[in-house]
Formats: sequence, C-alpha cells, structure tokens
Amino acid sequence: MIHSLFLINCSGDIFLEKHWKSVVSQSVCDYFFEAQEKAADVENVPPVISTPHHYLISIYRDKLFFVSVIQTEVPPLFVIEFLHRVADTFQDYFGECSEAAIKDNVVIVYELLEEMLDNGFPLATESNILKELIKPPTILRSVVNSITGSSNVGDTLPTGQLSNIPWRRAGVKYTNNEAYFDVVEEIDAIIDKSGSTVFAEIQGVIDACIKLSGMPDLSLSFMNPRLLDDVSFHPCIRFKRWESERILSFIPPDGNFRLISYRVSSQNLVAIPVYVKHSISFKENSSCGRFDITIGPKQNMGKTIEGITVTVHMPKVVLNMNLTTTQGSYTFDPVTKVLTWDVGKITPQKLPSLKGLVNLQSGAPKPEENPSLNIQFKIQQLAISGLKVNRLDMYGEKYKPFKGVKYVTKAGKFQVRT
Amino acid sequence: MSSNSFSYNEQSGGGEATELGQEATSTISPSGAFGLFSSDLKKNEDLKQMLESNKDSAKLDAMKRIVGMIAKGKNASELFPAVVKNVASKNIEIKKLVYVYLVRYAEEQQDLALLSISTFQRALKDPNQLIRASALRVLSSIRVPIIVPIMMLAIKEASADLSPYVRKNAAHAIQKLYSLDPEQKEMLIEVIEKLLKDKSTLVAGSVVMAFEEVCPDRIDLIHKNYRKLCNLLVDVEEWGQVVIIHMLTRYARTQFVSPWKEGDELEDNEKNFYESDDDQKEKTDKRKKPYTMDPDHRLLIRNTKPLLQSRNAAVVMAVAQLYWHISPKSEAGIISKSLVRLLRSNREVQYIVLQNIATMSIQRKGMFEPYLKSFYVRSTDPTMIKTLKLEILTNLANEANISTLLREFQTYVKSQDKQFAAATIQTIGRCATNIVEVTDTCLNGLVCLLSNRDEIVVAESVVVIKKLLQMQPVQHGEIIKHMAKLLDSITVPVARASILWLIGENCERVPKIAPDVLRKMAKSFTSEDDLVKLQILNLGAKLYLTNSKQTKLLTQYILNLGKYDQNYDIRDRTRFIRQLIVPNEKSGALSKYAKKIFLAQKPAPLLESPFKDRDHFQLGTLSHTLNIKATGYLELSNWPEVAPDPSVRNVEVIELAKEWTPAGKAKQENSAKKFYSESEEEEDSSDSSSDSESESGSESGEQGESGEEGDSNEDSSEDSSSEQDSESGRESGLENKRTAKRNSKAKGKSDSEDGEKENEKSKTSDSSNAESSSIEDSSSDSESESESESESESRKVTQVSTPVFVPTKTHVLLHRMSGKGLAAHYFFPRQPCIFGDKMVSIQITLNNTTDQKIENIHIGEKKLPIGLKMHVFNPIDSLEPEGSITVSMGIDFCDSTQTASFQLCTKDDCFSVNIQPPVGELLLPVAMSEKDFKKEQGMLTGMNETSAVIIAAPQNFTPSVIFQKVVNIANVGAVPSGQDNINRFAAKTVHSGSLMLVTVELKEGSTAQLIINTEKTVIGSVLLRELKPVLSQG
Repeated sequence: MIHSLFLINCSGDIFLEKHWKSVVSQSVCDYFFEAQEKAADVENVPPVISTPHHYLISIYRDKLFFVSVIQTEVPPLFVIEFLHRVADTFQDYFGECSEAAIKDNVVIVYELLEEMLDNGFPLATESNILKELIKPPTILRSVVNSITGSSNVGDTLPTGQLSNIPWRRAGVKYTNNEAYFDVVEEIDAIIDKSGSTVFAEIQGVIDACIKLSGMPDLSLSFMNPRLLDDVSFHPCIRFKRWESERILSFIPPDGNFRLISYRVSSQNLVAIPVYVKHSISFKENSSCGRFDITIGPKQNMGKTIEGITVTVHMPKVVLNMNLTTTQGSYTFDPVTKVLTWDVGKITPQKLPSLKGLVNLQSGAPKPEENPSLNIQFKIQQLAISGLKVNRLDMYGEKYKPFKGVKYVTKAGKFQVRT
Repeated sequence: MSSNSFSYNEQSGGGEATELGQEATSTISPSGAFGLFSSDLKKNEDLKQMLESNKDSAKLDAMKRIVGMIAKGKNASELFPAVVKNVASKNIEIKKLVYVYLVRYAEEQQDLALLSISTFQRALKDPNQLIRASALRVLSSIRVPIIVPIMMLAIKEASADLSPYVRKNAAHAIQKLYSLDPEQKEMLIEVIEKLLKDKSTLVAGSVVMAFEEVCPDRIDLIHKNYRKLCNLLVDVEEWGQVVIIHMLTRYARTQFVSPWKEGDELEDNEKNFYESDDDQKEKTDKRKKPYTMDPDHRLLIRNTKPLLQSRNAAVVMAVAQLYWHISPKSEAGIISKSLVRLLRSNREVQYIVLQNIATMSIQRKGMFEPYLKSFYVRSTDPTMIKTLKLEILTNLANEANISTLLREFQTYVKSQDKQFAAATIQTIGRCATNIVEVTDTCLNGLVCLLSNRDEIVVAESVVVIKKLLQMQPVQHGEIIKHMAKLLDSITVPVARASILWLIGENCERVPKIAPDVLRKMAKSFTSEDDLVKLQILNLGAKLYLTNSKQTKLLTQYILNLGKYDQNYDIRDRTRFIRQLIVPNEKSGALSKYAKKIFLAQKPAPLLESPFKDRDHFQLGTLSHTLNIKATGYLELSNWPEVAPDPSVRNVEVIELAKEWTPAGKAKQENSAKKFYSESEEEEDSSDSSSDSESESGSESGEQGESGEEGDSNEDSSEDSSSEQDSESGRESGLENKRTAKRNSKAKGKSDSEDGEKENEKSKTSDSSNAESSSIEDSSSDSESESESESESESRKVTQVSTPVFVPTKTHVLLHRMSGKGLAAHYFFPRQPCIFGDKMVSIQITLNNTTDQKIENIHIGEKKLPIGLKMHVFNPIDSLEPEGSITVSMGIDFCDSTQTASFQLCTKDDCFSVNIQPPVGELLLPVAMSEKDFKKEQGMLTGMNETSAVIIAAPQNFTPSVIFQKVVNIANVGAVPSGQDNINRFAAKTVHSGSLMLVTVELKEGSTAQLIINTEKTVIGSVLLRELKPVLSQG
C-alpha cells in the first residue's frame, strides 16, 4: 500500500525519507513541488496527486508535508488517516511534530516508522503498544543510555498485540490512581451581518487522562445522554452497551486519549455566548476607511467569557491600520494583512471596543466585501449543550481512584460576517 | 549478474566518482564540496572502525549515524560488509538498526546479503514470538530472488505458528514474496487459503490484504469464511477493517441479487426526486414480486453499521461506500450523518469526504438535504474545500431551499477569493437552469454583477449569462444591450468573445447595435486575443448575411485582416467564411445555405456537475478521487441477475467454534438478532455437545459411521445437527419420558441433554438420578441442576467418560497435489481406540480427486520411533474417482508428541506421510467429583505442577467460554465446581493412564491462573503452553 514516505519542510527540503518496499527516488517529489507551486498557498495543495508511475498522497501538518508514495489503488482516506496517525505519534513522543524534533530523534523516528508499517500495511499504530516497543526519549533515559549503552527498544512483545485489548499495555502501576475527563465543547457558527445566526452547531469531545493500575473496567454515564446525536468512539468502547443503555463502558488505554467525539442534535437551539457590533466601511475614491467593532456577552449562563481573540483577514488593499482599543491589545501584520485583537475577559459593565482608521493603497478600488471576523473564546466550567456526566464506576480493581470531570466551552469555527 | 555489479563497485572508483559529481553540484562552492566529500569518506572509514569494535556502544553509535544517513537519503551502501557482520548482535537495538539497513540495501548487494540469511533462519525457530516475527519480517523484506524458496518455506511454517502475531507477519510476507516472484502465486494462494480460515482478529485484516493483492479474483476462497469475517469485523483492528470492508463490498456485489427496486434507478435520475417516497414504494411494490434479502447480505450490512461510529475516517468512509453500493436505498440514509461528522476533521479528510458526498448528492439528493447548512462555506476554508462545498450545495438546491441558498451565494460572490467567487457565479448559473422558478431572479442577479468592479467576476458573469440566454431564446434585448456596452471596458478575452457571440446570435434583435459593435471591433481587431478574433469573424459573417447593406465593407475589411493574421486558425477560419458567404463563381451549392449554417438554432449547453461521471468508480477509492482508473483498481461488478448458490457459505460444524471464540460480542449479537436459520440457533444453544452425544450414544459398532458423518457433512451443518437431534430425541422418548417432559424448555436443548443422560446411564450403572450427571452440568453451562445430588462417590476416580466435545478440525495427511490426486485427511474422534486401549484412535478420510480409480490403498513401510505402535487399516481395494472413504486406525504414541511416519501406498506409488498428535489428543476424559479432584490435585504438587497467569478481557472468562476453549484444545472432561470462578477439567493419558488435572481459576480484573497437575510433566507443560494463548486470545 504505502510505498515510501518523504517529509518535506516549508522551504521545500526533503529532510527524511523512508521506504517500505523498493526504493523510490526523491525525484518523484518534483511532481509534488510542481503542484505546490501551482497552488496559491499551502492549504490548497491537493492531497492526492497523480504522476505517471505513482500517486502521491500528502498531508500538511505543523508546517511539514508528509508525502507518501502509492503505486496501486488504495482508499485515499486510509493513507491520509495513517499519515495523521504518524504525525500524532511524533507529537506524542517528542512533544512537538517539528522538523527539529524529527531530525534530533531520527533513529527513534525510523524505529517507529518501521514498527508502524510493514510492507506498506499498518502494523502497530496504538500509542500504548508503540511505547512498549520503543520507549519515548526522556532526558534521563538518554543520559543513562549513553552511559550504560542500553537501548530504548523493548525486547518483549507487548501483550496488547495479542490480547483483545490491543490499546492497553499490561502491568500498569500507579501510586496515585486518577481518572480525569475533560468535556470540551466547541461552537461552530456563522453569524450574518445583521447578527442573526445562519448556522450554528455544537461539537464536543471527551478527552480522558487515565492513570489507573491494573485492568480497570470503567463505565461512564450521563445525566442527559439523549443530547448526543452522533458519536464516534475510541475502539475501547463497547458499542453494544452504548446502544442499549447509553452508558460508555470501556477498559481504557493508559494515559491521554480521546474517548468520544460527538455532535449535539441540531434540534436544540444553540446559545451564542457573544455578540459583535461592527461597522467597517471603506470610502470610495479615498485612501482610508473606518473600522469599529465592539464585543459583548450574551447568554453566558452566569459564567465569565475569557480568552477572547478576534482575528480579521483584511482585504489586500489595506496598507495599515490605526486603531485604539479600550481593552487588550491588537496587532496588524501588513504582510499577511491579518489583524489580531487579543481582548481577554469581558465584563458586561464596560464593553471592549476597537476602533480607528484603515489606510488603503491609494488608487486601488475599494474592497468589494467587508472582511469577516473570526472569534475565539473560552468559558470554563460550562458545557454549552448542558451535557453532564452522571457518574463513573470502576470494576475489576479494588482501589479507589480519584475521579474528576472538567467542562469547557470554546469557540470552534466561529465566524461573523460583516 | 549481481556478483558482477558488486565486484565492479569494489574495484573501480567509478561509482564513487559519479557520486562525487552529484555532491558537488548540490552544494554551492565546488571546492567546499570536495572537502566535504573527502571528510565524508573519512567519516565512513571511521564508521567502519566503530562497527568492527568490540564495544556495543560504539557499534550502536555507528549504526545510529548510518540510519541517519539513510534517512537523509544519502548513500551508505559501501558500509554493507561492515554492517552485515553485526546482524547476529546480541544487543537488540543494534540488531534492529542492522535490520533497517539490510532491508534498505540488500537489493543492491545481493551476494553479501546472503550472509545474513542463516541468522534469520535460526531466529525463525526462536521460542520468542517477537523474534520469530521480526526475523520473518526482515527475511521477507530482503528483495533477493535467490532466497525465494527459503522465504516460501518460512512463510509456510509461520502460517502454522501458534502465535497469531507471527501468522499476521506471515500474511504480510505473502505479499512481499508475491511482488518479488509472481510465479509463486499458486503456492501462496494455498497459504492464503489456510490463513483465511484463521480465527484470530489479528490475522484477518492482513490476510485479506494479501488476498486482495495476490488473488482478488479467487472469490471462491471467501465463501466459507464470509460469515466468520462478518462476525469478526468489529474486533479487527481499524486498518484491517477498511480492507475487509472493501473486499466484502466486492464480494457482495457478485454473490447477492440487487436489493434496489427497479424503480429506484429511474427515480434517482428524476429531478423531482424528493416527491414522497412512499408513493414510489407503493408503486414499485405493486408491480414487483417481493424481494427477500439473503440473510448473509443482511449480516454484512448489519455488522458493519456500528463501525460508522469509528474514530477512523477511513473506516467510516469504507462503511459508507459499502452502504452506498450494497444496501437497500432506503437504508443508505444513515451514512450521511457520519460523513457530515467527518467534515470537522482536517482538510485532507474533508477534501476526500466532500468529493464522495458530491458524487452521492448527484444521485440521491435526499440523503444530504437535512445537512445543507453543514456545507456552508467559511471564509477561512481553503479554496479547494470551498469549491467542493459549493458543488454539493448546487446539487442539493431545489425549489424549497433555493432562496436561502441564493442569499448565501450572494455572500460568496463578494468573497475576496476571486477564484471562489467565479465558481459561485457558475453555480448560480447551474441553479438557474435546474430550477425554472428562479431563472429570472438569477439572471437579474447576474446582470447586477456585470457592474461589479472585479473583472474576473464580470467575465464569469458574462459567460454564464451567455449560457443562460442561449437556453432561453426569449427577448432579452436589454441585457444584450447592456453587455454590448461592457465591451468598452471589459478586457477578459473569454468574456469579450462571449459577448460578441451573443450579439451575433441575436443580431436581428439588436439591429442598431450590432453593426456598431462590429465597427468598433474592426478597429481593434489586430490587438485582440485569438479567441476574440474568431468571434469577430463570426459576428461579421452573421451580420453580412442578415444586414449586408450596412456591414458588407466592414466584414470584407475584417476578412482581409484575418487573411494575414499570424494564427493559422484565424487564417483558416477567414478563408472558410469568405468562401461561404461571399458569392463568387467558384463557391458551390453551400453558399446558398450559408444563412442556415451560421444562424441555425443552437442547442443550449447543459450545465452539469463535474462529478457527474464519477459514479462508475467505487466510492472512497483512489480512482474515484482522481477520476481516472488507478493501477490495481478492481471494478465493482454489477449485481448478478440470479444469486449464485448461497449454500457455498455454509460451513461445517467447525462453524460452531466461531460462536464462542470471538467471545462476548459475537455471542450477544447472535442472541439479540435472529439471523441464522432456526436450526443453527439450536446448535448454538446446545453448545455443540450434541454432536458428540450421538456418536457416543451408539457405542463402538457405529463409530466409523458417525465419525464419517461428522467429517463429511460439508453440505450443510443444519442437516446433520437436526438429524442428531432427532435421533437422540427418539431414544430419550422411549426410555425417559419423565425427564424429557420436565426438561422441555427449548426442544433442541433438552433433546441433546437427554441424549447425554442416556450415555451416562449406560456407563454408570447406578445413576438413578439421571438429571444430575456431571457432564451435563458443565456442558450446558448455566443449567443449575443440583450437583449436590450427584452420586459421584460411587464412581471410580479414573472412570473414563465420553468426550464432551469433538473438534472437527481435520489435518492434512497427504495433499492431493503431492499425492497424485489421492488426498488424505485425518482427525481425532476422541474415542477409546478399538484396536488397543493404549492407542489413540485416528480416522483417516481418503479422497480420490483424479478421474481414475485408485487401487490397493494400504500402509507400507512404517518408520516409528522406539516404543510407538500402530494398528493399520485394512487395505482398500479400490477408490472410485471423486469417491471418498473413511478408515480408522490406532497409534500408541507412548504419551509423547513424537511423529509417527509411515508410507501410504497405492498400487503404483508410495507417499511418505506422518502424523504428529497435538498434545490434547493424547488424553482421555475422566469423570470425577470435585472432592476427588482436590484429593488428586493435592497429591500432584511440587514438581508435578505447572502454572501460568493469563490475561484476557472479562468476556472471555465466562465459564462457558473457558469450557469451550479448553475442550477444543484437549480431550478432557469437566469436573463440576462449587465455585463460579474455578473451572476444573480432568483427563488421563492414553498410554500410561496418568492423571492430567487442569484448573482455571479466575482472579480479579482480567487475569486468571491456569494450573496443570500431572505426573507427565512434559506433556503437562506442553499442554500449558498450548492452552495459554488460546485462553488469553479473544
């Protein structure tokens, strides 16, 4: 399936290559560079490219291109999903998925790639298994290794590979047994000029951090499971149990993982926690325009809205912006034409606003459309859909774990058209 | 050849020199490059030294640097001899890195690579499965044609390995060997066939992958495994799921009839599709005879549904395409929700998913209509995503939602992303043609856009308006006039050409403007784009024909200009037009029709989706994404008119085993949904013990016959089981009506139980209390009939009982290929041997697969290890073609797993064959009470006890699952247990009659303790080794 993999950085250097079948020359990447040149920006490089002898399937992650070479028919999503899994693994191992990190750990990267794929077909992709096969680098271990000459390669087969719980490693031991769940909900919305909602929905995930000894069998129940319209599960969850009782029953992997992601049924009206008043105008035949936005809380359910950031991609003709703000700080990058306003918390007494003048390139026609505002915010201790975890029970182990649930609501793709 | 190239490399510096050249060109200053290279050489020298050193740390360092070089794509092949020496290193990390190196360069240095082979061969026999597996992996990755036979052998061996992990690697190796040497195909298919039967979820995905690559056309290999694959699917790892689902989709399209009603196809193409569905259904129902879905078809659809909830986008997409291609159209709706969910994922996933949705939404709008708003475009989306979303929005547009959509489009048109804005205009045009109600609105909107400041937008609008006007040859004089004015300002050639064409077509409707336009164009002719020039010529010709008075001179002028144009197309066109319209003596009959030719009614262009023609590719494939047939694309066949014989998927009794191996999940499913035919359900509940009952009930005389039945009932399992049921039922009816009545819950169940009781009676003379036989308790797991009443005291401790389960797994004794058409299989009926009480009875089934009679089949020379004895079967005079015969024989294995080798002879040939007994078959079950068991166990401690800890999911640790797993491996009898968490089994060895006591004690969590007590410690430990993986796997 997957023939070879090339890692390419933003400036077009191939800094790592790995072949699972016979060697494919680097020159195959020229087709990729060609496509990259044709596309205006990195985001627009087509993920699937056809060349005379091969097919290239690529992903763009953290300023790196992962370009895989395929020779025969294969579901493209299969490859894309796998490449993302590779990037996730690097992230997991090195803390970041960057060129520097990969170059520093090239041996581990190679060992990982060797284990993840055999003859182009995925072999071990579960982080728990990989970590037993190849231990992640730590400063202490690298020091010890260099002195003793020992290795970071495990010499036994992870038990997970053989049991039917391939996601959990065996013999987990903690002195403090803890299980934390983060319910994170994101509001995706498009708000039109007049402030009415064109489209809004809530997407949520439950991320877990489980540090429990032995083989715990957990079941998590909700106060209001009916809210969840569409759910996707980590493989550890017993699907039947969910179908019949709406309870999440699972033997968790060790460490951090995403338990479920869900969408809240669209019947429920989505409460939009902020509103924006805006007036942006460009004068005809003059080299300036006015810019004025005010942001305020709305339906915030008694919680403070914090971490507000407004990002605006200004039209190309904008040269500079002269603004004053009542709260927070703003930056305008004249190259990318991106205006970022870091607001912080909103207090209803004094609404933050940003206003001032926009300098336009003289002579150019005034922009057709006002830019749309992308808004980020965060509300702690609130799941905007109202989803509540009821209880967490553990079976199979004797000890009493420490349990915790945290709720956060964030803006997802939250866009205000002006 | 290979040796040549190698020696060449060594003696001449040629290779290095060219390399030097490359290095030099890649760096900026040549002198610097030279220095760099020489230091490189030195570095390699010093790497060599490090590799030769005694210290592991130095070697490791060197290997790490070499791997770094490989990763960067630098050539490290000259280090091959130094590296390959370390292949046998004790340090596992060095070894791994050497493997990495070997796999990379072995192809280039074939001779030297051979040095490493023996190391791998040795490692293939290693007790550690990880080492066996990795040896196989590397051995099969070395692409050296000479070792093909060694690889073949290794694969064959590994495919029978006890460890499913090794078997998985064997499946991968199949593909590697096949790509190295396609001539091995036949042999590899045999291995694939064998591995397809594997019940491990670990192997399933990999072997199906191998199947897809080596022999995707051998669909017949799937039949028998189809149901197993469907049932295992949920538990297979995600990558395997994708491959299996794609394969099963193809399979379903060849084996089942279409679940789509004939009306559906039409309905799809109709524009007003969303008319009430029910109407359509009623209509179709009336004229068609009811369609019933093959239960296997249903099984696949049902078992894949949970996977729509997978976190892996590829799995979700695979299920979606399966539903799209093989489920009834009314059921495919459920996939849309999951696909829309994937749109939250990263852009690459979005791109592929949107493409597939685009194709789907052309054919079945209704599916995605409820999610219309999910396809609204955000200004931050990349352009390729935006255009795809737009495409889908267009496909979904209808009278009901068009007004909302148009409002949305208005925003898009103003987008800063001009490419996207242009695409939006195209979209509006398509909506306008598809939905008659809004045509005028759209046209007006587009006309407004003509005054847009951006040229691209205006140009695109012009092109679209041209198409729209062409479709509606009504009076649109105003618009045309407006567009004529635009000619002064607009510069985009396509737009100018479009306007000119439009004026030409409608020159009679705008008689005043057209000549004026021509005049202006004549002036600027030379500076126009080629495209525009052609249209000017056209306009001239048309005006010449309709209004020659005003335009004759102008046209002639233009034609003259055209005559000397640089572009041959234009010169050509000029010549053509001149001949056609300007009358002269040479012009033939054609010029009479010039007007008809130029001003004919032209058919309106169809504004179609670019995704229209993609639907002939299977969704979710690379070919679909690229819209070209990719190499290795497997065409999805059309539904067969008549379904092929569904009974090919029926599996012999071994199918029962499947019911309990995949543990809890599969079982639950089965009880929840009545899918299997009634008789199979019965089998499930009676836990397969019924088979053995019928055999044992009929004591020695009928043994041969019943064994044969168990072996050869390939036709259908249902038949045989019902037969057995009725048989035992009859017996019980005669003798034990009272109990039969009391126990009649489920008929099949009670019947088989009664049968058991019958046996009990005949064996243990004094059991007046028939209900409480110990075997019954254990075999029909939760039947809580008082074990306290059991009168076990009266039995002798080592009373041999009937086997509780007879696995029907047969072993190949002689393959038909090597036996010149004579095939022999053997299996262990688990009966006391009639030839001697120290012998294990074995049944051999002989098949004649040739088209000639095989005569005088007998056993020839025997090569038995010391102590082994063998009772041969009577010679068979002749075996008809296609005939088969089953014979019994007995071998005394002396309680060892030594191989009995002998020759199987026919009239003409002798074939050496051998039988190696699984350790579990060297036992005979023993019935004993819990008390006796404990007593015996107490005497067999210390040296005589071996134990191990097993880990598995809790659902594998229900008593019935453990029971089934144990009795499948070993011929043991169950001992009733007072504690739920302890399962006990007892048996004695056939030869010496030593007791073999097996205890499985469930501990907390998912662990269990497996203890075996026996005097025969060797057999005990072998049995432990075999039971351990079976119990721990799912």
